[in-house]
Amino acid sequence: MEKLILRRVDRSGEEMILNFGPQHPSTHGVINFIVETDGEVLKKAVPDVGYLHRSLEKIGEIVGYPGFMPFTDRVDYVAAMFANEGYAVAVERLLKLEVPPRAQWLRAVSCELTRIASHLISVGTMAMDIGAFTPMLHGVRERETINDLIEALCGSRLTYNYHRIGGVAFDMPEEWRDKVLRFLDHFDTFLQEFDRLISFNEIYIRRLANVAVITGEQAIDYGLVGPNLRASGVDWDLRRDMPYGAYPSFKFGVPVGKGFFGVSGDCFDRYYVRILEMAESSKIVRQALESMPDGETMAKVPRNIKPEPGEAISRIESARGEMAYYVVSDGTNKAYRVRVRAGSFTAMGIIEDISPGLMVADLVALIASLDVVAPEIDR
Amino acid sequence: MTATLQSPRTPSRSRSARGVLLATLALGFGIPFLLFSAILVLSPLSKPELLGAVVQGLGRLLGAEWDPSGWSVTAQLALYGVSVAVLGFILLNFGAVVSGMTVWWEMRVSSRMQSRVGYNRVGAGGFFQWVADAVKLLFKEDLVPADADQILFRAAPYFVLVGFALTFVALPFGESLIAADLNVGIFYLVSVTALVVVGILLAGWSSNSKWALFGGMRSAAQVVSYEIPAGLAILVPVLMAGSLSMQEIIRQQGAWPWQWFVFTNPIGVLAFLVFFVSQLAEGNRTPFDLPEAESELVAGYLSEYSSFRFALYFLVEFGNLWVMAAVAVTLFLGGWQVPFAGPEVFAAARGPAGALPGLGWWGLQVVSMAIFSAKTLFVLNLIVWVRWTLPRIRVDQMMDLCWKYLVPGAFAAFVFTLLWQILVARVPRAALASGVVLTVVAAAVAVVFLRQTWRNIKLVAGDRVDLTNW
Repeated sequence: MEKLILRRVDRSGEEMILNFGPQHPSTHGVINFIVETDGEVLKKAVPDVGYLHRSLEKIGEIVGYPGFMPFTDRVDYVAAMFANEGYAVAVERLLKLEVPPRAQWLRAVSCELTRIASHLISVGTMAMDIGAFTPMLHGVRERETINDLIEALCGSRLTYNYHRIGGVAFDMPEEWRDKVLRFLDHFDTFLQEFDRLISFNEIYIRRLANVAVITGEQAIDYGLVGPNLRASGVDWDLRRDMPYGAYPSFKFGVPVGKGFFGVSGDCFDRYYVRILEMAESSKIVRQALESMPDGETMAKVPRNIKPEPGEAISRIESARGEMAYYVVSDGTNKAYRVRVRAGSFTAMGIIEDISPGLMVADLVALIASLDVVAPEIDR
Repeated sequence: MTATLQSPRTPSRSRSARGVLLATLALGFGIPFLLFSAILVLSPLSKPELLGAVVQGLGRLLGAEWDPSGWSVTAQLALYGVSVAVLGFILLNFGAVVSGMTVWWEMRVSSRMQSRVGYNRVGAGGFFQWVADAVKLLFKEDLVPADADQILFRAAPYFVLVGFALTFVALPFGESLIAADLNVGIFYLVSVTALVVVGILLAGWSSNSKWALFGGMRSAAQVVSYEIPAGLAILVPVLMAGSLSMQEIIRQQGAWPWQWFVFTNPIGVLAFLVFFVSQLAEGNRTPFDLPEAESELVAGYLSEYSSFRFALYFLVEFGNLWVMAAVAVTLFLGGWQVPFAGPEVFAAARGPAGALPGLGWWGLQVVSMAIFSAKTLFVLNLIVWVRWTLPRIRVDQMMDLCWKYLVPGAFAAFVFTLLWQILVARVPRAALASGVVLTVVAAAVAVVFLRQTWRNIKLVAGDRVDLTNW
């Protein structure tokens, strides 16, 4: 594999080959970039993925339908709720199950809170990669409150295992709604503070605006999804355009990158779209908590799940964009095939084509702005 | 289960906590107090003209007749050598301790800015963390990479340390408190700080690591570039004072803000800003921490260093903050000037030359030292704030800033100062007028800053100061 990548790198001139990772402070996990540089300027950066491969899809064929649910947490541990939801929805479609409305609403609330938490990590680490350490800890501080809230909801702070096939594991506890609303009130002021702290910092804007521009066409060609796609000016959000769960009942905006300080699709757009998305998520959570229906949180699911032979696909809008689970059943109690499509993997593909001409510092900004999470790339 | 998890605060625990607090306070104030008093006493007394009086006084105490002026030249030189060595030892210790305490202060300030607990384990408020860190680093394995250039790799930290230590020769602390008031003081300071970049470049090259090489090259480009605007900005106070000597530059300023060089020249503020930014760049501080940019170059030129060599780099990096701040205070912010105490007050308190000065003179020295240290700590704190607020600029932007903005700005300040000095020679009141106007402007800016800070605090529903973790 390594030789294969090295062959793709031209080694004739005075260029230096740099192993950017797998242990590097700004690769956000175990990813390697084989970087060819001429001084500070990149000739090419080739991502070398696979260091975190854990055969999750194969495990899905072995452990049975409900047993795979805790493993989905590990697909994307920064936003585990979405990985839960994607798998649950896929199996429900296989079983043709109707999920009770209260469970749908709880799913939306928990997912949007997780989206805020995940985006906080994303924008925080982005600021850290640009050299400002303080915003990252402010983001982590707010995320801590979300972790507390979700812990109150399902007992877990990182690998939630909250969504289950047919609903959610627990109903929300008493007074949880008030706690969430109190947090959101605080969070809206926090976002303004965060903007004053870092988003509109002159150095920060100059580091990110017009850097590593991905046009809308390129983004579609490379299969970029979620905030990365929207930052390039493509107005596409599964929650609005292919609604699932409780989302048709909510009103929310879909922020699109318009070149806030540079051109559409630059690093700053990818950053700022996430900031705007957090505000929208906050609105969704408020609406969901207001219109929360009563009733069961779990559908009647057979103890031994044995779907009819067939296949189902679920597409959900995760914090890192479109996440798809494709599950094939052969009529037994174990899936014949589980396939996870994750946003981070496709985002890695574009780095090789965008990187020529960037500087080393810009590569860091590009990786951070794509918000890749190493376990989601390799699964 | 819960019973074992809870650790009840027994009376003995709180007593020991009080003990830790007292010990920390005693040492935290005691060590700087001792060092400052040693500098206060030793730096005037180690001068040749007072050394004789001191030895005579000591002799009288012991009932002996000692008069160094009657001694052989060798003995006189030895006496002088010993006194200088003692002063040098004290100054080096001062540098190290200041560096350690700066680390503590920086970590406490940054943890406060970042809503985290920060140092709170070793001593009250974690004050002795820097001692613990230094001891830990001393005991670590001293690792030299197999492929490194052995001699250069080992030598590099000493260049850095020497470049740092030599600055204390010409660094003032008070009216008469300076190891050597060189007549080329500021020129000497600029020259010896250039040794630091030699060390960093050696470290980057000799480590035989690509990250270290990147860091070393960035550092060389950065420090060499920024010495030009820094040097030009330094020329502004030098022109205004008509001297390169640190003490003379301070003597030409006054105690009040409208007598400082930063304000007595309309372009002084620009010169100060150019100097401040260049110093940040030369000290590799954020937003110019490119040579050791953690998120890009792992640790830059420091990547391969461990153990005490690593500690030396950090000692210098944080100790340099004091040097940077002290030089800025000397050049632009009036140095140690005491209000209502001009040179004639000092001269009157001193008494006849050759004899030991009177108590009033020592009191004035203490006041001047306190004023100088307070100003220096204020500037140092500014540098800490900047570090934890701003992101890092890119390497090409760093060059742009230097050559497109700072160098022309510094040149403009230099030329303007030449013309301004001609004007001041004809109309001496111009300097005072500029000083008063700019002081008022600066005060207004400070008020606006404080009001905005207050408003920001209000916006996030009040500032939360949690002292329970101290």
